[in-house]
Amino acid sequence: MPQNSAETLTAKRKTASRRPAGTLYRGREGMWSWVLHRITGVAIFFFLLVHILDTALVRVSPEAYNAVISQYQTPLMGLGETALVAAIVFHAFNGLRIIAIDFWNAKYQRVLFYVVIGLWVITMIGFAPRHLINVFSH
Amino acid sequence: MTSTIAAPRSPYARAPRKNGVNWEKWGWIYMRVSGVVLVVLIFGHLFVNLLVGEGVSALDFAFVAGKLSNPFWQWWDVSMLWLALIHGGNGMRTLVNDYATTRVARGILKSAILVAVVVLIVLGTLVVFTFDACPAGQPADLLPTFCQAL
Repeated sequence: MPQNSAETLTAKRKTASRRPAGTLYRGREGMWSWVLHRITGVAIFFFLLVHILDTALVRVSPEAYNAVISQYQTPLMGLGETALVAAIVFHAFNGLRIIAIDFWNAKYQRVLFYVVIGLWVITMIGFAPRHLINVFSH
Repeated sequence: MTSTIAAPRSPYARAPRKNGVNWEKWGWIYMRVSGVVLVVLIFGHLFVNLLVGEGVSALDFAFVAGKLSNPFWQWWDVSMLWLALIHGGNGMRTLVNDYATTRVARGILKSAILVAVVVLIVLGTLVVFTFDACPAGQPADLLPTFCQAL
């Protein structure tokens, strides 16, 4: 019997570590949305730094601006822009999800994650083909 | 050596400040308010610059000059600049607080973020409001068509 109760205890501990109570941010949808929000946020921040500097070249000369902006029109950068927009759209929709969790109701956080993914897919279906045609047909 | 881990949901060991502005609270509110506005501003920015007409292939000095000679787009872009840089800078500050383990590293990294944000806000704002869409002595084919009427 002591052995049996020790086994039960271990099993209980394992279950407890697999299914933490009272947190949105450990495991499953809550954690992965948090991870993706951080990664996309950092990527967008560093692009923003570069993008302000390249746009500032309009104040230098038309030639300087055109020389740099033409780098954004290559096939490789076209794929990069698609990834950037994918990151922005996820960060935007998941940010709205965070606001809904904070001000409305946290118990819908899991279903809202799938709403975010669904809206992200629909938005990217609207964006990616048109953008890639613009990039690859020029 | 043993270390004691406080029970969950026990109060902070360091007593919260009773007076003064709660900056962390206002930072938390700022992220949500600016986030909602940025969704509108950035989705609009991406739609006009990447989806209308030939998208990214049509971007050049003449395109940007056409937009930035309109006060509507000047204020649109300056709002995006300020809201996005402060939102991004505050987000990066959160990551530094979470992942930089020493006080010195946190100080250096947060100072670098602050410098980058301030320099780019000043630069971007000056560019938008001192911009000349028809700079003298430049080839006419690089300028917006309305410059020919001048």
